[in-house]
Amino acid sequence: MSEYVKYLPLAKPKIGVAGKTGSWRTEKPIYDPSKCIKCDLCWLHCPEGTIDVGVSENGYVRIDYDYCKGCGICANVCPVKAISMVPER
Amino acid sequence: MVVKPLTGNYAVAWAVKLAKVKVIAAYPITPQTTIVEKLSEFAERGLLDAKVIRVDSEFSALAATWGAAAGGVRAFTATSSHGLLYMHEVVWWVAGSRIPLVMAIVTRTIGPPWNIWTDHSDIMDQRDTGWIIMMAEHNQEVLDSVIQLYRITEDPRVYLPGIVGLDAFILSHTTEPVDIPPQELVDSYLPPRRQPYVMTIKEPLIMGNIPADLKWNMKMRWDIHASLIRAKEVIEEADREWYKLTGRSYGGLIECYKCDDAKTYIIGMGAWVGDMRDAVDRLRDEGYDVGLIKVRFIRPFPDDKIASVVKNAKLCIVFDRSISAGSAGPLFLDVASHIHRYGINVPVVNVLAGLTGLDVTSNEIAYVVKKIYDSFEKGELRNNIVWYFGGDELWW
Repeated sequence: MSEYVKYLPLAKPKIGVAGKTGSWRTEKPIYDPSKCIKCDLCWLHCPEGTIDVGVSENGYVRIDYDYCKGCGICANVCPVKAISMVPER
Repeated sequence: MVVKPLTGNYAVAWAVKLAKVKVIAAYPITPQTTIVEKLSEFAERGLLDAKVIRVDSEFSALAATWGAAAGGVRAFTATSSHGLLYMHEVVWWVAGSRIPLVMAIVTRTIGPPWNIWTDHSDIMDQRDTGWIIMMAEHNQEVLDSVIQLYRITEDPRVYLPGIVGLDAFILSHTTEPVDIPPQELVDSYLPPRRQPYVMTIKEPLIMGNIPADLKWNMKMRWDIHASLIRAKEVIEEADREWYKLTGRSYGGLIECYKCDDAKTYIIGMGAWVGDMRDAVDRLRDEGYDVGLIKVRFIRPFPDDKIASVVKNAKLCIVFDRSISAGSAGPLFLDVASHIHRYGINVPVVNVLAGLTGLDVTSNEIAYVVKKIYDSFEKGELRNNIVWYFGGDELWW
């Protein structure tokens, strides 16, 4: 920063600045650990950073539904169809 | 001291080398190409420790340059005309982000029709973006200005990117003797890289996200404007310090030629200022009371400097090498409106000449000035926006 330049278009990223964006979902990604080959592609492609891998008590992939917007990219890139999109009700 | 015969483009490349730029990204476009060709050669031969990134377009060229600069290193790109227009969106992003970097624009006409010769339409198209924008008169000034701009843009009072403009072919491909200052001199002139923030993986930052507060957003625009106004003193300092080290000064924001006892001022920017000097000499020999104001920086605009020179003038004649169609030449608009702000009521005439690269000689400049001067003296000036197509073809 500078003592002269005071107004910068900067923000520090943190979880949930826009609220619980998971409520925007129309379809929910459901993970099937029995098909998962632990390739990490869903983790790599998730545009919202809502997928963690290697930490789940239920298999390998954990999806944070508080912030997952349901875009379906993880299901689309999964090479073994271990993630399927199910309509929200 | 080493004097080498250099084209304007090679003068840019030498300056970038002396500034120890670390990343260069560019896409070839005539007449800019030989700048980055030379820089690639410097890098290949191990004379410049820089990464040269070949990209798919000018949009990517500036984006990559910007990314490198945001990451904390000195970066450079160059372009012209259609390439510049293609990167125009990123031009705004760079200024808005407040990340300093330097770009050379070899000014070239915009199509259609295709045209590679110089006019100032492309560089003038950038003047609302928040960049520092200047044009050089000759190749020595090109080299000196690139180095100066690294110092100016990285000053904490400024923190904005900067453009050095040079006219296509008249400078870019014309060889002149250029003094290349020693590396130690440039090292002592340029402080280590400074910038308002550095983008790193360890401490993630979001730049340019949708603002929660529009007032804050508008204040960012104010901040860019205030920083450009503050840049005026930084530009003058940079010129004075350069003079101390090299003996070369360009007056900072403007340079005056035979202004002291003048009543009529020719005002221009870019390479043809050299021809204007000859025209002033010739007109003086014929008894005309003319002086010349070379506008070196168009942004920040040297409003107070010009106002103080012309305050007692009887006539100003502004030469523009581009037009804001439907209005007038951009340099004329700035001069006329700003001297009015300072309460100066001097008639200002706009000459639109040299557009599309039409050659304008010093004889022709003298001819136009005489025509306008004489009609003004007789009270017969029909229009204060005139078009000049060369020879005796003057459209009033």
